[in-house]
Amino acid sequence: MSESLLLDMQALRIEARGPDGEPFRIVDDVDLQLKRGEVLGLIGESGAGKSTIGLASMNYARTGCAITGGKIIFDGTDLRTLSEDDVRAMRGVKAAYIAQSAAASFNPVKRLNDQVTEAAVRHNVMGRGDAVKRAQELYGKLDLPDPDNIGRRYPHQVSGGQLQRVMSAMAMTCGPDLLVLDEPTTALDVTTQIEVLATVRDLIRTNNTAALYITHDLAVVAQIADRIMVLQYGKLVEVGETNQILHDPQDPYTKELISARTEEINTKVFTGMPENPVLSIKNVTASYDGKVDVLKSIDVDIGRGETVAIVGESGSGKSTLARVVTGLLPPREGHVDFDGETYSPALKQRTKEQLRKAQMIYQMPDVAMNPRQRVSEIIGRPLTFYFGLTGRERDDAMMKLLEEIDMAPEFADRYPGQLSGGQKQRVCIARALAADPELIICDEVTSALDQVVAAGILKLLDRLQKEKDLAYMFITHDLGIVRNIADRTVVMYQGNVVEQGTTEQIFTPPQKEAYTQKLIASTPEMRTDWLDEVLRERGDLFEIDAEKHVD
Amino acid sequence: MLTLIGRRLALGILTLLVVSVIIFAGTEILPGDVATAILGQSATPENTAAIREQLGLNRPPYERYFEWLVGFVQGDLGTSLGNRRPIAPQVGFRFENTMLLAAMAACIAVPLSIGLGLISAIKQGTIFDRAISVTSLMAISVPEFFIGYLLIMFISVKLGWLPSLSNVNDRMDFGERITVMALPAITLTLVTLAHMMRMTRAAVISVMNSPYIEMAELKGVRYWRIVIQHALPNVLSPIITVVVLNLAYLVVGVVVVEVVFTYPGMGQFMVDSVSKRDVPVVQATGLIFAMTYVLLNMMADISSILANPRLRHPK
Repeated sequence: MSESLLLDMQALRIEARGPDGEPFRIVDDVDLQLKRGEVLGLIGESGAGKSTIGLASMNYARTGCAITGGKIIFDGTDLRTLSEDDVRAMRGVKAAYIAQSAAASFNPVKRLNDQVTEAAVRHNVMGRGDAVKRAQELYGKLDLPDPDNIGRRYPHQVSGGQLQRVMSAMAMTCGPDLLVLDEPTTALDVTTQIEVLATVRDLIRTNNTAALYITHDLAVVAQIADRIMVLQYGKLVEVGETNQILHDPQDPYTKELISARTEEINTKVFTGMPENPVLSIKNVTASYDGKVDVLKSIDVDIGRGETVAIVGESGSGKSTLARVVTGLLPPREGHVDFDGETYSPALKQRTKEQLRKAQMIYQMPDVAMNPRQRVSEIIGRPLTFYFGLTGRERDDAMMKLLEEIDMAPEFADRYPGQLSGGQKQRVCIARALAADPELIICDEVTSALDQVVAAGILKLLDRLQKEKDLAYMFITHDLGIVRNIADRTVVMYQGNVVEQGTTEQIFTPPQKEAYTQKLIASTPEMRTDWLDEVLRERGDLFEIDAEKHVD
Repeated sequence: MLTLIGRRLALGILTLLVVSVIIFAGTEILPGDVATAILGQSATPENTAAIREQLGLNRPPYERYFEWLVGFVQGDLGTSLGNRRPIAPQVGFRFENTMLLAAMAACIAVPLSIGLGLISAIKQGTIFDRAISVTSLMAISVPEFFIGYLLIMFISVKLGWLPSLSNVNDRMDFGERITVMALPAITLTLVTLAHMMRMTRAAVISVMNSPYIEMAELKGVRYWRIVIQHALPNVLSPIITVVVLNLAYLVVGVVVVEVVFTYPGMGQFMVDSVSKRDVPVVQATGLIFAMTYVLLNMMADISSILANPRLRHPK
């Protein structure tokens, strides 16, 4: 039995230095066994230690972290007892890493082939000529266009989905025994995700490579993993066969993780098209450079207290639409009305009262807040700006807002760096609420968060909507969320509104538009046979796509 | 990309035009009068007026400006007021000398600073890194004439290794020239080293946190190779900028150093002419310095454009 074990981590402990200089454990006595050819899914929230464990399988710790205890037995040898040179010799050859963001993981100034063949050439596994041939072979297997020449390009010359596949080729050049896949599809659109997921799975199966598949998306891992390991706060929560974890989770945390995905939040009944919409986008055409229109004749209304989801892949114009509404990008044609009043196209010409009505919450709460301001200042500023509140009055209003977002008063004195991802997003919500708006534009507000935390944010948004009759323009690529919270859904593709209607209409088959159908079919579902089923059915549906959305 | 380079060229020429106006206007409003300066003791009102007439100083400034500019573009730098001879041949060999000194200093300073910068980036936080950092900071904080005098005191006077005067002439062979120029070149090196070195170090360290560096580490590439092959090409642009800025400083900032070592270059020529109120020479040398500066900066910008693969290889 032990012969077939490829990786055996025993009581692994990894420590990082906290802001106070005190070391704390980010991975705490975790045991992990992986057989040859087996795929183990590592799942948990960010900060659960998934990536850290993945990297530790190559005896690598990121800056500021150190592996301080346990054994990492790879193919019979404890990596921790090896010299630095011996560990280096194994990296890229016996074990390879596939990162989340291919765009960031390729050196922008070096040609793809140089990077793909680097490990093979540097470790003298093969000469450069052979390595390039091997790479071309892999490009072909991974369905990359023009496999003989694509390697001569620079990273910015191929699309994100293609780059992700080139990275897979890079990991496979030396034929490793172990692949560490760190959220390899998270940064991709759902339609691209399917292709990458399918190729990665084929690669692992045909080469009988063992893999650690790190993700926070249970539906994705269900398609690929033999077993799943659930982690929380650096500790092992539960490990078991994929189907057992999905259908019969034992630990309460695993149960919560699975139910967060399937839970219904919104129980509102759709009451028809809004008669006096809060926001009315009329015939808007917009362009960044004056030549290419990124939005083409868009008409969208959002009623009071209504949630309208804007869905589509990246590049479809979702976020541009938000920029037009807020006045950051004046449209080339058309106009934006609030409460029947036509707003000036440019932000600078809008009155304070006009600005107040539409607030925004962003995808990355980290970068949307000044790290040197305390929470009280972040929430307090709009209170002063819009309502002229100061001193005691402002503090009272600020405390009330904290209460509304379910945060204790002591958070007022904290800096953003001292908050968790979910808490930061709550503060951003409070900041938007401080303006007492009628419309909040939510731009991918949950996509940087874990499912359990995201579910909490969505519940909060829903409660606030009921209390304050808020309208939400909810921009997202996650159709699972849309189904749960949106009254109406607008599907966008390449700057056009492909289809809009009630969420029920959009999601109930048969879909009117082929694109909508494709988008919905691409959303992973929480069963192990989903990917096979989609691949079987793909036929014409996916062929329209193959290279089209590649920019 | 060509449009970008073209735009940069046009901007460079415009800058030069503006500079020429400023230099001309600046020398116009200099206190004192050329005619009086030339005549010295024998300056009677009649003589002064005659000289002014002869030099054309009574004509409106804009007329003289255009005449000067057109002449300059055609290679006619005007006539020195001091010795009544054309300026061009007098500037010629001095410019060569200045460029030679700057080139010599650059040949030492650029590879040395980038090398030291890379080493301190690789050995970040070690004693070696800190020692280089402190030493180079000390060198940059001391004015160049002081460094010059210190070097003269220790290396020429106490140790007698190198001559303290750098009055090169045509009869010297290459070896002699190099020996004579060594001290001013070292002085200039010390002054510019720190800036380039620290920039290289900072730029390399900032990209060492990139995911593609982590990827290279996980491919098992050696650390020094990662620094040189993965990090360095990505920071070429800021390094080129700071190197060229320092080259420009070498050429332009050479003035003081040339005076300290009595090196017959442009800087010394300019300083002499200012004290003699030899306005045409000051204008000509000033504009030549400005041209060198603008040209080098333009080269920095253009090489930064060329170093960016996104611009070299569009989609």
